Formats: sequence, structure tokens, C-alpha cells
Amino acid sequence: MFSLLAVLSRCCHKENHTHPNKSGILQRVRNMHADMPGQGYNHGVTKKTALSGTRKLSSSLAKKDNKANIRLLDGNQAAAEGAKLSRVQVIAAYPITPQTPLTEALSEFVERGDLKAEYVAVESEHSAMTVCTSASLVGARTFTATSAHGLAYMHEMLHWAAGARLPVVLACVNRAIGAPWNILNDQQDSISQRDTGWIQIYARNNQEILDSIIQAYKIAETVYVPVMVCFDGYVLSHTEMPVDVPSQEEVDKFLPRYKPHTILDPANPKNYNLVTLADPRVNAEGVLCHGYMELRYLLQEALQDSTETIMKVGQEFGELFDRNYANMFWEDDMNDADIVIVAMGSLAMEAKVAVDMLREEGHKVGILGLRVFRPFPKAALVKALEKAQLIAVFDKNISYGSEGATCSEIKAALYGSQVKAAIRNFIVGLGGRDVKARELADAVREAITSLKTGALNIEHPEWICYI
Amino acid sequence: MKVNAVNLTETEYALPGNRTCPGCALALAYRHILKALDGQVIVTVPASCLTVLHGMYPITSVNVPCVNTPFASTGASATGLVAGLRATGKKGITILAMAGDGGTHDIGIQSLSGAAERQEDFIYICYDNEGYMNTGNQRSGSTPLGAITGTTPVLGKRQNPKDMAAIMEAHCLPYIATANASYPLDLYEKVRKTKGIKGTRFIHVFTPCAPGWQFPYSDTIKIGQLAVETGLVVLYEVEDDVFRLTSASESLAQKGKLKPVREYLTEQGRFKNVTEEQIAQLQDWVNARWQCYLARAASLQPATDITESAP
Repeated sequence: MFSLLAVLSRCCHKENHTHPNKSGILQRVRNMHADMPGQGYNHGVTKKTALSGTRKLSSSLAKKDNKANIRLLDGNQAAAEGAKLSRVQVIAAYPITPQTPLTEALSEFVERGDLKAEYVAVESEHSAMTVCTSASLVGARTFTATSAHGLAYMHEMLHWAAGARLPVVLACVNRAIGAPWNILNDQQDSISQRDTGWIQIYARNNQEILDSIIQAYKIAETVYVPVMVCFDGYVLSHTEMPVDVPSQEEVDKFLPRYKPHTILDPANPKNYNLVTLADPRVNAEGVLCHGYMELRYLLQEALQDSTETIMKVGQEFGELFDRNYANMFWEDDMNDADIVIVAMGSLAMEAKVAVDMLREEGHKVGILGLRVFRPFPKAALVKALEKAQLIAVFDKNISYGSEGATCSEIKAALYGSQVKAAIRNFIVGLGGRDVKARELADAVREAITSLKTGALNIEHPEWICYI
Repeated sequence: MKVNAVNLTETEYALPGNRTCPGCALALAYRHILKALDGQVIVTVPASCLTVLHGMYPITSVNVPCVNTPFASTGASATGLVAGLRATGKKGITILAMAGDGGTHDIGIQSLSGAAERQEDFIYICYDNEGYMNTGNQRSGSTPLGAITGTTPVLGKRQNPKDMAAIMEAHCLPYIATANASYPLDLYEKVRKTKGIKGTRFIHVFTPCAPGWQFPYSDTIKIGQLAVETGLVVLYEVEDDVFRLTSASESLAQKGKLKPVREYLTEQGRFKNVTEEQIAQLQDWVNARWQCYLARAASLQPATDITESAP
């Protein structure tokens, strides 16, 4: 508690009250531009990034070859462009803030004839996901998007999509869940769905949103597991950034047509999702077929093995589009780092600024931005964190009564490994609470101090808030 | 040519050896429904007795493609199948959504209403056994007044059922019908007719449930017939806003006399605690509805265009 008060007294109370939001917004815009498309966009490779994103952006734009198609897009538009370029055939969506502009953009594509697809304006998110699963079963590539309560309302169908091994792609525009009502950003919504059997990818900027949706189809249709592409509401969804939009021809070269594992057809009748007993059972020909538990094992195996596919698809994407996604997370300043900040989505970009601040003070701090949360990249993380003495995990979610979900995953991954780092968890940015790089830096400084004095709190997460 | 027991197609799609209870009216109805669609159909089924009929992986007794979908999602699942077929350019396949009364009147009403409002191109058949029979007979929005169920175990249900066909009619559908497993050829003809119609089509099929309603397995047909003869179930169709009584209900209208509802109630264990007051209440409810149907049948014409009669 002392530490928290210290953080607050240094940061929130002083600065926030005198200049509410101002510095945070400016920092974020600068920060988001730091890894814009152009030269040197290289996922997962340790490098020193220029502090000033604006400077870097202009230089990278100047260097782009003639083929580049840089457009100023907000996150929702980037997602819509990604779905369009993926040639989705059936879109079903229900409006919810902050996803609404995304679904409006898609319906406009369809109504104007720019995208040859069926757009179904369903009456609920539960139905949105059902339309996707059923359309997928007759051979259509499907897309939906939602946020917060919409995703929660889909929960049952999320299980069904994964259980039926249907490669649906969903854009989750991350937003807080009630009660009380809150329409702003955190990641409680998608984290609450982590056990539904979906692959979860978190984008850190708008370029990654577009790129991840195209990759998501290739991943999903290879391993037959649905993919959720998550991006932070408002911070990304409503913030315009330059995005390199690939041409349809380029995307067509990368993404083959959807090959369903099952197509329902009267010419070859099949019953799908039949009641399945716990034990294996023989079919009419006397062949022993899987029981429910074997089918669950196969889903788990598919997710475990999907790491390879995700990285391979990322690599292929990088070769074609000059933006490499060959890793499950990205790293910066990690070479000599004994202190590592771990965060996910746009939060990790904010933390990057904190790293620069701490580096200037002489702390050897690095940043690890998680891109893929499911499957969780355990082995790669153990390797990446092997030199860490202190790991500060920032979560925009909370598993009540325990800690942030990312922190639990990191701890579980490191258990039994050679990594003996102290791990500290910070809960930040719930319900759209502005997250400032200065606050993140303060939190890390405090963790460094308490680690030295032996007072590091490892039992409960620290909340960066006013209590 | 009018269909009869002799010229009915011999091809079977709901094969013998399914998992329904003895005397199941659903099995009878489903057999005729699939015949009427010539097997050129993809079926979507939520949690219900039909899930049981379809069997357990890896064996099914049904020779048409089917996707099982969660309880609330039937209308949306049919929508997805239609959209997927259209998106992939496949033609000539009918989409059939088939749910029980719980899956239609209660948990599935939202996705059904949404699909019907969007005029999605599929047939929706509600097979109504007046309760959650698959889970052992609990009260649904279709359970009749006075019936004892697992969740109205002492007092019996204290409300009348909701009129699902009327609710669907309010969605301006091109075709709505009621049917009854005890009149399979009437059901067959209705399904056959609706096959050629575009848009959302709704058929409400009455399917008595021997174990749930507590009557002998051999009496399924009799109970279904009594329901029509007493006026508790009325067989009709509404095609392009034209209302028409069909089959036994049409004959009853001509004869002009219904049997007392008491005759239907006394045949079933579920009404054993029904009070005289409830019987009177039920009779009044039936009489009032019957008069409405007769009046509609007599008018035979769609509602007049009010814009023309305006001064």
C-alpha cells in the first residue's frame, strides 16, 4: 500500500489533477506511431527503437517504395480492411461500442458491392457467432466482431465454434464489462474467454490489427481453431494511424481459399455435433470412434501445436509484406535487461516509453509485448526471460481473488525453469483509466527498491488507482 | 395429386431404430417432414428430443445432413446455413430449422424472431410437446393450463400457453401453418407446399408425448385427434395473409360442433389435479379461440387495404 501511495503521490495526484488526460493522450499518440509501417518493422527481434515516433514515421514514409499504400486508418477501419482483403464470405455482427464503426464499415463494403459477401445484421451477438459457425459448416469463410458484453453474450457459442473446430475469425475490440456500465477500454472481456478454445492474438497498433486478421484466417484454416484478434477500444479502435494496406493481389497470394474439414450437403449426409459420450464408441462399420474426452484432447493438441503454425504464418507474411510476425511476442531493449516489463496490446507500447525513461536513469530494463495469449508461448518466454532478475507484469484485467491473467501465465510458464526472477503484478487501466508511461516507470522503480529491501509483495497484485 | 398413404413416397430419411420413446409423435412427424422435402435438406436442431432422435456419435438413424446447435440459436443457425449456401453459390437445398416448444416459445424466440424479421429463407418447424420433455417434463411457455409438470408439480400450470403461430404471423411471414402428428398427410402437404415458398416459413406441429403427458404409448394418435376434436389444437394455414382451416379442423367447422375439453383432459395423467374451475376456464379459452378461427375462415380474404377506404 505504501508503494502504491508513493506511486500515486508522485504521479497521478500531481500530474493528473493539474493537466487531466493531456499528457497521457499526447504520449499515446506519439507512442503508437513509434512502430508504424515502414523500414525496420520487425516483430520479436530485439532492437533499439527511436524514442520519437513522429521522426521515425516521416523518415520511414519517405523510404517506402512505390507499392506502399499508406492510409490513415483507425483500428476499426484497419480491421474492416483486413476482413475485406481476406475475402470473407459471411459476416454477422451486432453493434456495440466501440466495435460499431467496424461493423458499419463492413456493411458499407457489402452494400456498395466492394465486398462480395453476405452481411447478416443479426439481433444479438449469440446469433452473430451462430451464423458464423453454421455458415462455416456449409463452406463459407466467416467473420464477426464485438466487444465486452457482446463477447460475454457469445460465450456459449465461442465454445461451440472451437469445439466444432470451425475457423471463424472474430475481432474483439477490447472494452470493460459491467456492472457498472463502462464503455471504455480494458481487456477483461477477451481474457474472460480465454478457456473457450480460441487462439487469442493482441494487436499493439492498427497495422497489426489489419495484418493479424489476414494471418488469423491462414492460422485458423490450417489448424481448424477459431481465432480472436483483440485490440484495445478507443486507444486503437478510434485512433487514426498510418497503415500500409496491402493490395488484394498480394493478399490473395498469401491467403488461399478456405478448405472446410466438413461441408454439410444432402449428397453426403453427415450429422455434426451429435451427442457424444464420454467413452469411445464403435460406428456402424465397427470402427472405434472418439469419445468426448478424445475430442477435447484433440482441441488442446491443436492449440498446443498451433504455435508452430502461428510463427510460420507470421514468417510467410513477413516475407511477402516486409512486416515480420515470426514470434509470439515482441521484445525491445532485452539484450542486457535484468528487469523486464511484460504487457499486452497497446499497453505494451505505453510501457515502451517507460522503458526509455528508466534506461535514461541507468536501469537495465527491457520490454516484452505479448502478441499471442492463447496458445501461451511458455517455452519461448522462459528463454526470453532467462536473464531477468525482476519481471513487472502489467495487466489490464483481473482474475478476482487472484491476480492479472498474464501474470499467472508468466508465473506458470517459469515454474520449474532456471528463471528465478522476482515477479510483480500491477493492475492498470481498467474501465479506460488512462495509463501513463510515467506511472508505469514509477511502479517499476518502486518494485526495484522493494526487491532490494526484500519487501517485494508477491502475494497480491498492486493496483495503480486511487485506493 | 392429393397425397395419401398409398402414393406417399417410399424413400425414408428418418430410418427405423431411433432413440425416441415408444409412441413418440415427433418420430412420426419428422418422418413425414423429411419425406415431404425429398431429403434435399440441411437440418439444424437445438437441444431437444430431436437431438435424441438423431442418435449418439458416431451413429445416427437420420439420412439427411444435420447440425446440432445450442438451445437459443436455432433461428440464427438456419440463417447461417442459408447465408453460407448463398455465399458459396449452392442452390436447391432447403434449410429446415426444427426445435421443440421450449426451444421456440422460450429460449429460442429471440433468434427466431430476428431471423423471421429479416425474412431469412428457411422453414422453421416447432414440434410442440408442451414442455421440456427431453429433460423430463418441465413447464414451458407452451404448457397448457392445469398441466402437472416437474416444475408445476402440485398446483399444475396456472397460465394459458402463448400462441406462437400468432406471434409468428405478426412477423408478416409468407406462410404459417399448424399441424398435428396424428394427421401426417396434412402435415406432409403443408411442408410440401412451403418448400416452394421463399422467406421464413413457420409450421407449428402438435406432437403428443406419452411419457410426459401420462397416457398409454398406444394412444398417441388418439390424443392428437382428441386435441383437434375438442378445439384445443386447430389445424390451419395462412398463405399470403389468406387464412384457411384444413383437414379435421375444416370438417369440424362444417359440422359446427367440438367435443368438450374434459374428454381430452381425462385421458391424460398430467391433468389429474385439474379443478372444475380450470376446466371451465380452459373451455372458455377454447370456445373464444374457435370462434375467432371460424370468423377468420369465413372471411377468407386478406385484410382490406385501408388506404383505399380512407376518405
